[in-house]
Amino acid sequence: MLLGIVFIISVGSFYLIHLLPGNITTVIEGPGASPSNQAKLYKLLGLNKPLFQQYFIWISNVLRGNLGTSFISQTSVASTIRAALPIDLEMMFLSQVVAFATAIPLAMRSARKPDGWLDRIFSAGSFTLLSVPSFIVIVLLVLFVSVKLGVPHTGPSSYVPFNQDWIVNLESMGLPTIALAIGSFVVYFRVLRSDLIATLQEEFITMARSKGISQRRIMWRHAFRPSSVALLGTAGVNIGGLLAGGFIVQYLLNIPGLGYTLIQAINESDYLLVQGIVLVVSVGVVLINFIFDFVINIVDPRISRE
Amino acid sequence: MSNFSQMIAEEEIALVEKPEKSEPLGLLFWLCVGWIGLNIIGAIFANVLPLQNPQFQDYNALNVGPSLHHLFGTDDLGRDLFSRVVYGSRISLSVGAGSMLIGFGIGSPLGMLAAYRRGRFDTILTNLMYVFLAFPAIIATIAILSFWTPRSLIKIIVVIGVASIPLVYRVIRTATLNVATKDYIIAAKVQGATDRRILLRELLPNIAPIGISFLLIGVATVIALEGALAFLGLSVLPPTPSWGNMINESRTILQQNPWLAVFPSLAMCLFLLCLNFIGDRLRHHFDVTEVKL
Repeated sequence: MLLGIVFIISVGSFYLIHLLPGNITTVIEGPGASPSNQAKLYKLLGLNKPLFQQYFIWISNVLRGNLGTSFISQTSVASTIRAALPIDLEMMFLSQVVAFATAIPLAMRSARKPDGWLDRIFSAGSFTLLSVPSFIVIVLLVLFVSVKLGVPHTGPSSYVPFNQDWIVNLESMGLPTIALAIGSFVVYFRVLRSDLIATLQEEFITMARSKGISQRRIMWRHAFRPSSVALLGTAGVNIGGLLAGGFIVQYLLNIPGLGYTLIQAINESDYLLVQGIVLVVSVGVVLINFIFDFVINIVDPRISRE
Repeated sequence: MSNFSQMIAEEEIALVEKPEKSEPLGLLFWLCVGWIGLNIIGAIFANVLPLQNPQFQDYNALNVGPSLHHLFGTDDLGRDLFSRVVYGSRISLSVGAGSMLIGFGIGSPLGMLAAYRRGRFDTILTNLMYVFLAFPAIIATIAILSFWTPRSLIKIIVVIGVASIPLVYRVIRTATLNVATKDYIIAAKVQGATDRRILLRELLPNIAPIGISFLLIGVATVIALEGALAFLGLSVLPPTPSWGNMINESRTILQQNPWLAVFPSLAMCLFLLCLNFIGDRLRHHFDVTEVKL
């Protein structure tokens, strides 16, 4: 299954280049290129070979870690991606930590007394936030935090890698982390809340209550574990959306991660770089999803995949 | 697609959850319906309504705040913000409606058929759809749109619509599976009803409520996605106003004129909120469970 999906992704990413209108040589050499030069380049790129042969050449290069050299910047696509990837991973990690750390306690609090005033406030609030796309969150955050309160947010030049100065790095990660965490928080909170409410009505919870086990212990030990399956499942599905949200956040705050690189590549028509990023990100998302499925199986052994 | 993924998760939970009594839809529900209706009318009749030309640049009124003459104020080129927001809704609404038309038009018949027929057809189709579901739809959308130039509204609608088929298929198939095993379907079969009749007269009305609420939430998700694409420069290009590209353009002069960001954001969020609310309410309202029957 996994191999099948990765294969389809690779074919899809490979074929992207052929979606370009007209001849790619025109794209590279500009409209004024002479036909003989175009023909030379056409041969150089191996475009005269049949499509499946091109794919094999391409995929064998990819498997050796060679994603090609950008026509625009003349740098290796793989090294560009390698430089940007850690930023995305850090952003995702931080935002997920924040989202889980806020969603889990709040959902437990809400589920303890469903329809209580606290639950009503949390539920209404999370429902409202659900309708605010992450790019609006970030624009409004920038508006209020940076413009109104006068707190500067960092530009591309002031971005500092984690291993150079981790304090400054974390400072520059503050806004993007919050913006991404809000979107995830809302989803996790709502899923966990409704699942906890359902779980708390089960008989084994009544049993635990009748044994006089404390509320806190019931929540964490008895109710959270079965409910966390839905949470993990949602988190796995959420990753793709999170990445795309991260792209926009990076672009808006000038953080040189994959998203920022991707948008620049799109604007500069740097097609090989776009292709490389799409391939790496898609395979990454699929792998993360499979890891989540694996973890879910450990948490809840009752689920055996069909 | 996060709303979508959450709905799927909730849908699976809802099967366990004890059914609540269905409440009346409430005033808020009808307010939301009214707001959506108003937006649709505004989008359709934008060029008939007494609005200022969204492209007209009034250099005597650059970046002015909200006033009677310019309800929402003007942007840095002196264009009337209110009429741009109204015209902008055209793009968002047509992407939302068009792509969901494609997604549901193809995804739901397939899902219903697969759940009704079962067997090899179902197995093959479902596995195929799961392979596509594993592929991050947003990344695929971004990738295809960045290569498939020149971009146009139709292409955006088609790409998002096709990308949504696996999700719609999954939701409708699950919903149909729940209904298809009910006694009244078996009774209809025993009475010799044709497949066509069972699908259209028995199954369709029973999955329609779930379908409609998913449709509304799907439209909301897609509108947000179009906004995101506009940010990446992958949606319709300025000067054609869309909510997404208006918010995007406002970033550079956020300090001088915050209204530029506030009004399109507000328009988009309110619209999405109403769609989500209606979808959520309908789902709870029509949550017909066996206990209640």
